[in-house]
Amino acid sequence: MKKLILSSTALALLAGAAHAEGKLSVYHWFEYIPQELVDKFTAETGIEVTIDTYDSNEAMLASLKAGKMGQYDVAVPGDYMVEIMAGEGLLDSFAPADLPNFGNIAPQWLDVPFDPGRKSSIPYQWGSTAFSVNRDVYQGDINTLAMIFDPPEELRGKINVLDSQGEVLALASIYMGIPQCNTDREQLKALNDMLINAKQHWASFGSDTAKDVLVSGDAAAGMIYNGFSAKARAEGANVEYAYPKEGFVVWMDNVVLLKDAPNRDNALKFMNFLLDPENAAAVTNYAAYTAGVTGVEPFLDDAIKNSPENNPPADAPAGSFIAVCDEETQKLYDAIWTNLKK
Amino acid sequence: MAGPVAGKGSAAGADYRGIVGPLLLPTWVVIGIFLVIPVGLMATYSFLTKEFRGGVIWDFTLAAYDQFFLNRGLFGDEPPSIEWTYLGIFWRSIWQAGVATLICLIVGFPTAWFIATRPERTRPIWLFLITIPYWVNLLIRTVSLKFLIRENGPLNEALMGIGLIDTPLPLVNTNLAVQLGLFYSYLPFMVLPIYAAVERYNFALTEAAHDLYASRWVTLREIVIPAVKPGIVAGCILVFVPSLGAFLAPDLLGGAKTFMIGSLIDEQFKGSQGNWPFGAAAAMILMTLVMLVLILYARAAARSEAR
Repeated sequence: MKKLILSSTALALLAGAAHAEGKLSVYHWFEYIPQELVDKFTAETGIEVTIDTYDSNEAMLASLKAGKMGQYDVAVPGDYMVEIMAGEGLLDSFAPADLPNFGNIAPQWLDVPFDPGRKSSIPYQWGSTAFSVNRDVYQGDINTLAMIFDPPEELRGKINVLDSQGEVLALASIYMGIPQCNTDREQLKALNDMLINAKQHWASFGSDTAKDVLVSGDAAAGMIYNGFSAKARAEGANVEYAYPKEGFVVWMDNVVLLKDAPNRDNALKFMNFLLDPENAAAVTNYAAYTAGVTGVEPFLDDAIKNSPENNPPADAPAGSFIAVCDEETQKLYDAIWTNLKK
Repeated sequence: MAGPVAGKGSAAGADYRGIVGPLLLPTWVVIGIFLVIPVGLMATYSFLTKEFRGGVIWDFTLAAYDQFFLNRGLFGDEPPSIEWTYLGIFWRSIWQAGVATLICLIVGFPTAWFIATRPERTRPIWLFLITIPYWVNLLIRTVSLKFLIRENGPLNEALMGIGLIDTPLPLVNTNLAVQLGLFYSYLPFMVLPIYAAVERYNFALTEAAHDLYASRWVTLREIVIPAVKPGIVAGCILVFVPSLGAFLAPDLLGGAKTFMIGSLIDEQFKGSQGNWPFGAAAAMILMTLVMLVLILYARAAARSEAR
């Protein structure tokens, strides 16, 4: 829906790189890379960058599978989606030597379960998904997922929920204390009933609007990514991001090299560029999440470094990644989601 | 412009004898490329097997239609009963589109009448005023409408300012907001055809009816509406059909809380479920439904004409 095509030619000319060194086609999330950084890349390399955006991992996968493979060089899927895309054969691989900055990847993000050994992906940013509450509306303790799934009187009818099956069902499972990719019929029925019951208190589903509804006051509480909530706060909303005691979702977005990339070399240059601490920090300063690269600290804004959204309280539990289910199990979750939105 | 062509009458047939086929070729090419091939693809896909996470496998099956009409429980192993989920979504969409069409008609008919009864030289200005807002992208207009009707938006503040209401009306994320959005999106499609019909209407007929002691209501019902009916019908179809498949207004103004036909189909292709055959089947069923209504209407119109 939101297609932001950055007019690359003009930018390249402005940046003084009149002799274009080729092109790069990026498929990226909305509002996730600062324009100045794209301009900097163009200025350094002379490569014209075109960016198309998407608003969910699933939308990106669908559009690639529907015939856009071969059109983009890199995309930025979340953790579980990297695994799915690799399984679908949509990813190309590279050798660590192709990226001089490969060594900058933070050790804990080097050998990740969704891409063992980092053969096709590099870390972009990581963060968490939980929810935020407007403190003018509700003053009580907010560190429980009940704020969304069994909300107090003040928040009822004023809650926005991400329009994203993976995140909603994962958080709901965490709230109920049942595992993801579950096949236990009784537990799934209970999950289904709990969601149907919770929905009557929700005002809307929306992912790319998750920040705006909090800022405008249309929603008094909303499921949201931590950095997106920090942005809402920066835009004047009196919202507090919760680290619920039951747990929350952690995710990592990754830049992947797509199979049949028309500009493979330029894609590798771009990935290497993003692994430079100063550039990774620029993304963090813009998107307010956390980089997966070492050495970014000197380049970070204080407001980002010390933001409550990026620094969970000491007693916060560990977050969980969204699990990738097999086809039969996924069918059950699809049915619950359709049932929820019908 | 139609004059000279029509004037040739039967001679036209003789002039083009033998080359009618080639002359029609462009039409057939356009219909083939933009109608037959896409609809054929859609029909084919609706009978294919869903591939996990989007895409299709070339095995023919009725699974998509089965899923649409039969409910086999959350786990797919209960005895089948009628599936009300999707029929419910269709019914709700038809209802929303119907209400939007009705509001368009109620507002559009007097508007068209007003414009058509202005002096000839000012009519273009009025028509121009009707179309100006539609130079702006639909997405932007829909979002603007959301800004207008939100709880602390200008509409609620104005109503509270003049003391009509004490607490803001919850308009955003309701069915009413969706209907309002559809009405606003498609109003010109109602006004313009009715305007065209009213403009051709012979106002002497109204005077004649009054001379024969017909009341205003009877004149409207018996003389005016039958005369401009083609315009009204065209307007209703032009508003109803796109409203039925709309997904911008339900998503933005209705809060995406319930599926409409458009968003249900959209979700099958770009959402997590990636069920292309089901999306194609839902689209086929929708198209069949719309075609049926139009055919039934055309038949009824032909019958009343014959009478």
